[in-house]
Amino acid sequence: MNIFDELTKKPWLADPSQIEGVPVQSYFMPTGKLGLRVFLIVVTVIFTLTTIAYGDRMLFANWTPMPESWVLWLNTAILIASGIAMQWSKVNTKRDNILGVREGLAYGGVLTIAFLIGQLYAWQQMVELGYYANITTANAFFYLLTGLHGIHMLGGLVAWGRSMLKVRKIAQSNGSINEVRLSIELCTTYWHYLLLIWLIMFTLLLLS
Amino acid sequence: MSNGTIEDTQVIPAAEVEEVDLYHAHSFITKWVFSQDAKVIAIQYSTTAIVIGLVGLVLSWLMRLQLGFPDTFSFISAESYYQYVTMHGMIMVVYLLTALFLGGFGNYLIPLMVGARDMVFPYLNMLSFWVYLLATLILAASFFVPGGATGAGWTLYPPQAISEGTPGINGGIILMLVSLALFIVGFTMGGLNYVVTVLQARTRGMTLMRLPLTVWGIFTATILALLAFPALLVAAIMMLFDKLLGTSFFMPEMIVQGEMTSSENGSPLLFQHLFWFFGHPEVYIVALPAFGVVSDIISTHARKNIFGYRMMVWAIVAIGGLSFIVWAHHMYVSGMNPYFGFFFATTTLIIAVPTALKLYNWTLTLYKGNIHLTIPMLFCIAFILTFLNGGITGLFLGNVIVDIPLSDTLFVVAHFHMVMGIAPVLVIFAAIYHWFPLMSGRYLNEFWGQVHFWVTFLGSYLVYFPMHYLGFVGVPRRYFEIGETSFVPESAVTLNEFITVMVLIVGAAQVIFIINIVMSIFKGKPSGENPWNATTLEWQGETTPPGHGNFGKELPICYRWAYEYSVPGVKADFIPQNLPPDKIK
Repeated sequence: MNIFDELTKKPWLADPSQIEGVPVQSYFMPTGKLGLRVFLIVVTVIFTLTTIAYGDRMLFANWTPMPESWVLWLNTAILIASGIAMQWSKVNTKRDNILGVREGLAYGGVLTIAFLIGQLYAWQQMVELGYYANITTANAFFYLLTGLHGIHMLGGLVAWGRSMLKVRKIAQSNGSINEVRLSIELCTTYWHYLLLIWLIMFTLLLLS
Repeated sequence: MSNGTIEDTQVIPAAEVEEVDLYHAHSFITKWVFSQDAKVIAIQYSTTAIVIGLVGLVLSWLMRLQLGFPDTFSFISAESYYQYVTMHGMIMVVYLLTALFLGGFGNYLIPLMVGARDMVFPYLNMLSFWVYLLATLILAASFFVPGGATGAGWTLYPPQAISEGTPGINGGIILMLVSLALFIVGFTMGGLNYVVTVLQARTRGMTLMRLPLTVWGIFTATILALLAFPALLVAAIMMLFDKLLGTSFFMPEMIVQGEMTSSENGSPLLFQHLFWFFGHPEVYIVALPAFGVVSDIISTHARKNIFGYRMMVWAIVAIGGLSFIVWAHHMYVSGMNPYFGFFFATTTLIIAVPTALKLYNWTLTLYKGNIHLTIPMLFCIAFILTFLNGGITGLFLGNVIVDIPLSDTLFVVAHFHMVMGIAPVLVIFAAIYHWFPLMSGRYLNEFWGQVHFWVTFLGSYLVYFPMHYLGFVGVPRRYFEIGETSFVPESAVTLNEFITVMVLIVGAAQVIFIINIVMSIFKGKPSGENPWNATTLEWQGETTPPGHGNFGKELPICYRWAYEYSVPGVKADFIPQNLPPDKIK
């Protein structure tokens, strides 16, 4: 569907192109997929605005950066591994290998939980070193950015849990893998997207 | 054969329409309380919005009592006055108008108008309402916490919002921010539904350019809201950090009661940018659905196709896009680079072009139409006048050199109440009078509708026209008490009293409206099916009100656009969107 062609149509005139089958203009992608894309746009706006606010405050003369934490490097590696596991799960949906799907999904989720625990550990480490949120604005942004990202990952885990249940049910009942194909694809897309956002946020934190 | 239809041979059998899985409730609780039916959710949204809106209305009475008759009411203190101002503004803009237009009308009308059985994510839709209700309850609860609700002004500007001396800086502001965050979460769930339903669930033949303008308005407003509300969310979260964790995102270094605060050079301006990046699109989040509703009601009640349909669609989209690059015209008095101000003044003038185009098109739709002066039509005509008035004063305020002297006066209050308060509320009334027969199978009482209309319409003008004058003579806004001020003439005091009396009269008319709704639900005159002889699909279902699944066994097929009125050579003066060409007589 070309949106510009669509918007320039004159609905008050008989339109020969409309005659064949009174065509429906919808169903151009699975509904869930479109829903996720719209949601990711909203997520993008949230992180873009936060990033702009961060960039704005970095320009202030009294900006004092946070120290670099090795835990964040480790967490980043875990999140990348989690994304790979999710991708592995998606690949297995194409191979009709339900056990592979299950493994990939399980590893992806467990690694994500490990990532979140790691982020909490990074917070604890910073607090123990005295880098409280109210000491400098850079500190505050560290907690804000990691917190916002963590909440989005937690939301993803809810969808992941539902997908795990579906996959388990199919594996036990020898059901069709088609029933979970879309769920796995959506989870994978979400995981990759949040990985991308984390990489950008992490780079920003390093730049400070 | 009229334009916009297809030949007989191209009629498509209904059986070819793709069906969708529909959730069926099995108990009273799942049918009427935790309902996944968009129509029930719409009524839940609307009821909640109207109830909290009535709270907002009462708050405005209290404010006006103080302004009209200062030193008269002992229960109104300076602190409580600012709490009324703040809560009135936030309730009306976010919890009433946004929720009613998108959550209420969006839920009821989108599936019906596009020919769908329900929203595409009904469970998420249900969650959306419950999160909204929770947000509203938290907001209302803030009246009852120690210190009361926040009195920071509806824009919640820091540092004032969380600094000593502002009412409600303990529980009040925290509950306000939490409530806003929840509202946005809830709205996002609903908004995803509205957008994806319009894109994915249209019935066969319902192309984008056959959508009624109501759907276009709600659809575009939802996209705006999905992009704009995150700014408010981010601002609310950051301010919560400032308040609860003592961070300094927005809090500058300050001396309070002779002592330096612990704040570390935060940026109040950053908050203003975030707030208005949400705040200005918010005007259109409310206005665009109103534009769409007015277009459909005018066309139906004037028995004439909407003038310039394509232009109307493009204008809605253009206004939506432009609304994101005008936000800083709310911040001229904050101080900004003159080039920056010039840019925002220019974009503000540019956005008036598509808006004016819509006004012309409504007027031209009425021109030589077979105008039925029904209550919905009266409210729509009143809207056109009011939006024109409010829009024109907006052009004044969009200019930096005019805005700066007027910014802190009642002129601004009068302007934005005309454009963003009265105008959309008039459309809400029009919509309720128009679609009430669809929702209930009965008309609202005509006589009390006339009383409601004339008192509301004339009363609003008697409130806000004098208020413009007060602004011109320099009466400041936000003040609890003006006191004796040499530049404010005695007549201004009398005028303030007059405005207060008119506000109370207009308020009383709304009580009549509520009573009319309640009475008409039970004793209203039966309307039958499609009482306005409308073309759009919501009126073409098997039953009135529409049942679960909206359209009986088979979904309708759309054969034409929504504005086939008074077609030459056709006996009836309207052709429904789903009427097969071979059935047209």
